Amino acid sequence: MIDWVYQALFAPFIDFGFMRRALVGCIALSISATPVGVFLMLRRMSLTGDAIAHAILPGAALGYMVAGLSLGAMTLGGLIAGWVVALLSGGLARITVLKEDANLAVFYLLSLALGVLLVSTQSRNIDLLHLLFGSVLALDNEALILLAGIATITLILLAVFLRPLILECLDPDFLRRHSKVGTTTHLVFLALVVLNLVAGFQALGTLMAVGIMILPATAARFWARQLDQLLLVALGLALLGCWLGLLMSWHLDLPTGPAIILVLGSLHIFSLFAGRDGLLKRWLHPNKHLKS
Amino acid sequence: MTNNPAQALIQFNNLTLGYEMHPAVHHLHGQILTGDLLAVVGPNGGGKSTLLKGLMEEIRPLGGTISWPLGRSQLAYLPQRARLDLDFPLRVADFVSLGHWPRRGAFAAIKSTDKQAVEQALKAVGLTGFGKRSLDSLSGGQLQRVLFARLLLEDAPLILLDEPFAAVDEATTEDLLALIKQWQAEGRTVIAVLHDLHQVRTHFPKCLLLARDVLGMGVTETVLTAENLAKARKMQVLADPLAPICDLDEVEVQG
Repeated sequence: MIDWVYQALFAPFIDFGFMRRALVGCIALSISATPVGVFLMLRRMSLTGDAIAHAILPGAALGYMVAGLSLGAMTLGGLIAGWVVALLSGGLARITVLKEDANLAVFYLLSLALGVLLVSTQSRNIDLLHLLFGSVLALDNEALILLAGIATITLILLAVFLRPLILECLDPDFLRRHSKVGTTTHLVFLALVVLNLVAGFQALGTLMAVGIMILPATAARFWARQLDQLLLVALGLALLGCWLGLLMSWHLDLPTGPAIILVLGSLHIFSLFAGRDGLLKRWLHPNKHLKS
Repeated sequence: MTNNPAQALIQFNNLTLGYEMHPAVHHLHGQILTGDLLAVVGPNGGGKSTLLKGLMEEIRPLGGTISWPLGRSQLAYLPQRARLDLDFPLRVADFVSLGHWPRRGAFAAIKSTDKQAVEQALKAVGLTGFGKRSLDSLSGGQLQRVLFARLLLEDAPLILLDEPFAAVDEATTEDLLALIKQWQAEGRTVIAVLHDLHQVRTHFPKCLLLARDVLGMGVTETVLTAENLAKARKMQVLADPLAPICDLDEVEVQG
């Protein structure tokens, strides 16, 4: 029995270096992307992450066309494309009549169309599958250092900007009355979203990267009622999802990115029903309340 | 008007405030002294909130100026309807501690003495033990008390309150009025937009009656006369879109 549990849950990581690397990469990604996702959700920008993830594609594709399957070139290209779209959306919303969501829809579509066009001119489509679906089982040292570096930068910036980040969402007028950091905060936050999506597409692919941001955050909302709890529960769920996802991919021989996202999605559905603020509690105890 | 310019905190010089050329406050002259407890009353659309926004420099005067003989004071402001996202998962104590912003800014850490100050502020507004509750669990009156606790921590010499007692029950109003009086006793200046004239007469020594034009400013009993209040009721509710350009400034210059 113990041996079976060991084989099922731990052996792949102990016996195989690439599984260990994948796990380390996913841990770095969870620590970094999950808090960003929590703030995306609280700022009602959950779909913004998705749109920016699509916008990253042409940059990564251009990097790939210039330098082949090079981590540096694709990361840089992705960062530039993501930041250009994010800055255009956020910046134009502040000086024209169109709001940020409308701007984002316009520029991410342009960017995505350009990306698909670029990708279609390439004949070696196998490599591009890595781009779209990630290659968490092929993370080398360089990629791990990149993921850890991005996690470090993200945590430091989130800690520094925590107060304006909360206030911009909770009481924007108060922030405006007392300080001019509102715009800076928003742009720094968008930059962090791009940075983490680029980190995510190394491992999970451009289309799945947003999953590790948003799904742990939405699932955690059913358990936690305070920001600090929310951040911790989301991180815990992300780590659990990565671990189980990697195992599922290993034992059933499935692609890793979608496996991790599916596990995270299952955790969300489980939380939706079983969570402290979930549906089951409402169905089972509809009319209970405390004595007055 | 008082002849003691050294004490004047705010001076209105022929101030006109408004939106898109339509005046909401029309040719206001007068001054507010340090330590004043001033109620601003008048009909809806009379320019009360606009005056506070002008003081907050959220809108620019269409004409005239607001001057600060002693230098622009630090202000704490309670808006009429705070645009709060109350679903945000945050504790009451963390929210109130935002009142430390004028001293701690966006980035500095909150010290343990600051946390004690938060608890004292919660005690002062009658919410001892509420620190760990979520913002979304509060009733309307409790939320107003929490906002007052944050104002308390801002520790500003000038406090602007825009309809602080709208949709708040009597007990809460009494507690918060006591707090306002305590602010005045501490030498702070308080300007409050109010609707309850009885309340104004009982608690506010000075009053400004605004119905776009200034109908009176000074000691409350002399301002809230039957004659002035009748004039205020007659104010045209809607701004006339075809109104000609106001020539009062030119008349004054010629006269």
